Amino acid sequence: MASIELKDFYHTYDARMGKGETSSFCIENLNIKWGDGKAIALLGPSGCGKTTLLNAISGLIHPKGGSILFNGQDVTALSTKERHVAQVFQFPVVYDSMDVYGNLAFPLKNDRVPRNEIDRRVKEIAGILEIEDLLELPAGNLIPADKQKVSLGRGIIRPDTAAVLLDEPLTVIDPKLQWTLRRKLKQVQRQLGITMVYVTHDQHEALTFADIVTIMSNDGKIAQTGTPEEIHNDPYTPFVGYFIGSPGMNIMECSITSTGFDFDDFAIPIPVGLNEQTLSAGDNYQFGIRPEFVQASMESRDGWLPFTIEIVEDTGAYKITTLKAGKHKIKARIPEEMPVVENNPLWVHFPDKHIKLFQGNKRVF
Amino acid sequence: MNNRAWLFLLPMLIIMSLSAFIPLMTVVNYSLHYIFSGSMPQYVGLANYLEVMRDSSFQNALGRQLIFSTMVLVVQIPLGIMIALALPKKGTGATISLVLLGIPLLIPYIVVGIVWRLFTQSDIGVVPKVLALFGYAYNVALDPIDAPLTIFLLDVWHWTPLVVLLCYAGLQSIPDAFYQAAQIDGASTWKTFRYVTLPKLRPVLILAVLLRFMDSFKIYSEPLLLTGGGPGSSTTYLSLFVARKAESYELGYAGAVSVIYLFVVVTFSFIFFQIMKNLGKGEHSR
Amino acid sequence: MKKRHIALIIYFIILFIPIYWMVNTSFKTDGEILREFSLYPKTITFDNYMEIFTSEVWRNSFMNSIIYVFLNVIITLLAAIPGAYAFSRWRFRGSHHLFFWLLTNRMAPAAIFIIPFTELYYTLHLFDTHLAVALAHCLFNIPLAVWILEGFMSGIPKEIDETAFVDGYSFPKFFRKIFFPLVAPGIGVTAFFCFTFSWVELIIAKALTITDAKPVVVTLTVGIGAEGVKWGLLAAAGVLTIIPGAIVVYFVRNYMAKGFALGRV
Repeated sequence: MASIELKDFYHTYDARMGKGETSSFCIENLNIKWGDGKAIALLGPSGCGKTTLLNAISGLIHPKGGSILFNGQDVTALSTKERHVAQVFQFPVVYDSMDVYGNLAFPLKNDRVPRNEIDRRVKEIAGILEIEDLLELPAGNLIPADKQKVSLGRGIIRPDTAAVLLDEPLTVIDPKLQWTLRRKLKQVQRQLGITMVYVTHDQHEALTFADIVTIMSNDGKIAQTGTPEEIHNDPYTPFVGYFIGSPGMNIMECSITSTGFDFDDFAIPIPVGLNEQTLSAGDNYQFGIRPEFVQASMESRDGWLPFTIEIVEDTGAYKITTLKAGKHKIKARIPEEMPVVENNPLWVHFPDKHIKLFQGNKRVF
Repeated sequence: MNNRAWLFLLPMLIIMSLSAFIPLMTVVNYSLHYIFSGSMPQYVGLANYLEVMRDSSFQNALGRQLIFSTMVLVVQIPLGIMIALALPKKGTGATISLVLLGIPLLIPYIVVGIVWRLFTQSDIGVVPKVLALFGYAYNVALDPIDAPLTIFLLDVWHWTPLVVLLCYAGLQSIPDAFYQAAQIDGASTWKTFRYVTLPKLRPVLILAVLLRFMDSFKIYSEPLLLTGGGPGSSTTYLSLFVARKAESYELGYAGAVSVIYLFVVVTFSFIFFQIMKNLGKGEHSR
Repeated sequence: MKKRHIALIIYFIILFIPIYWMVNTSFKTDGEILREFSLYPKTITFDNYMEIFTSEVWRNSFMNSIIYVFLNVIITLLAAIPGAYAFSRWRFRGSHHLFFWLLTNRMAPAAIFIIPFTELYYTLHLFDTHLAVALAHCLFNIPLAVWILEGFMSGIPKEIDETAFVDGYSFPKFFRKIFFPLVAPGIGVTAFFCFTFSWVELIIAKALTITDAKPVVVTLTVGIGAEGVKWGLLAAAGVLTIIPGAIVVYFVRNYMAKGFALGRV
């Protein structure tokens, strides 16, 4: 088991964008430290470099600069095998020509572990993964979910596995089994106290799996690392705010004047508690509020802002409305019983304690 | 639905009946008759087959053919895999390699014969001249070892590129993740080949083995041009044997040989297919 | 890394030595071919090529080859595309057996088929025509074409057909507008393989033609084995027969290997 640290990580690569086209990507000056024995999710939009980062950690690719440390020791120059990491891929990888037992035993056989030790270990891991019944079956005939379990099993069968890296492991799994498999992953992680890095573009997967979530933005930078609660409630950048939550945080351009936030089409007073000294009057602020914190009313109220209802989406438990005022469009989550009608007005209020303020891609409040 | 399917198959079935079914039935018909030019064919049942089976020249041709076909598979398949593994995976080098490999396949058989005739003929060829430097008196037309060996090397030269192309396509379709997983699992180069590459190549290898096996029976114009089937009958393979019989209007005999030929190829192909389909699938580890 | 490349280069050199020798011979005079042993032509001559270009026999036989090869490709595709579509979309009674029977035709001994072919096309009054050779070559090309195309077509989800019909496309319109563009690469690969086979084939082409449709591969056989063979001329003609193939292979290089890999086994 190990903590994982990346120092001044730098890598460029060409990604194939379908037929013949390629495009260069770059990850620069990236620093992360993940604690030992944690369930970590590396979350980001498709094509942001998550898989590259993962492959660098496992040693499948070598970064062009910076270093990778396991438990404080530099492993940048070590081979994949010497790092003792395991990796589970997007498409389940099993050795078709062996049965499940042979698959699980394969890494140990390569390490020349004694036969009876292999047998003990295979049974132990099969027990944890609940695949004892499958041991004699040809691995190629399993359903994807079971293949993925075998693949994970090969990863954790070595007693000295430092970390397990999972690259969108649920992509090809039957949706009905995704939940079970994710729970299994979490259970294995807890039971063995193993460091697991789980790469995904699905925030729901990330937030339910991880103790720590690291969010990468499109430009290959780390936007934020924190617990799921911190990520949700305290986004460091508008990107994180918008990326997390469904729908994501409303972000509106605004400027600050002596009286408050000026949105051109409307204005609101500066919330109590916001220290005016930390803010200077000026443009280029982004005002953020999550849809679920926007308060709404069918009637006009003092100090509330009038918006026009553009779209109403009814999820059954609540309604998501898209509201418009001037050039601004926001989303608001409103109670199911509110009889909102498209093209009618709706008055909204942004409670002070839920307002986030960004400037130049950074949180200032 | 059923009717619609047959409607779609109709053009194909009409042409195939013209170019395959009717000729095949004609051949089967020949094989059941004694046929002499100028007189009515006489129905003789399986007599032609019995005559063929007892004929030592047929037995020799069949034996020669089976040895040749076996050698084709034993040499061309591993060689093809090795070359495919050595080819560049992408880039200009890959494109150039593919084009170069395609060229021998596009040379008409007769020209392949001419190429090799020019290459090996004792008066004008380069091979006899070069071997003479090493003190070896090479003669493709007269030496009973040089002749079959040259035909075999010609076949290796001509058809290994097809095996390479097939294997190359198969290799390209193996996702990187399989190699990465093997690397992480600490597999050696040999084990990676044995447990990742080879199993993943199985469908393509089945195809390569079957195609090469079937087509190796068709070798005809190469010995005809290079050695004329000799010296003696050392390069008279089955197609050449049957063609000789047909040319000398022993149609009943030739028909029987053809039916046996077809039976042998179909049977062996089916056996290869069955064996390779199940070979090494989920072997038990304990 | 290095060793691998050296081995590969050696392989390609071996692969091209025989071809080089033919090219080399084609530029030599008959005198030099027979009297001297030289790794390159001492005096380069284009006489061999000029003789082919100016001879009507050679020109016609090149044309004949091209005509029946194209005829064959067209007939094969017209018959194989609907057939492959049927195999890829419907599991009807006997479909597996029919598919297997089709493939066994590839194994048929061409050498014996020539006599029934000759009889058949005489009866149909097609003997010594381009159409006869084109039809006869279908014996090998239709099975191969159906095989490759079926592989490509099975890769296209059935839902696409259904969606198109729901959207009100008629079958011909669906085929032309939606399905055809999707299988176009597969059709290209198939056409390439049919072209190749029909172009290189000798036995059937030789048996079914006398003069009117005599292809270049047959013209080449004339005179071989006799005394006083014009080796330079044959070599030049041989070189010329490689050129169409080389052009085609250049255009389909990216699809070539794929075609076989996608066929079902």
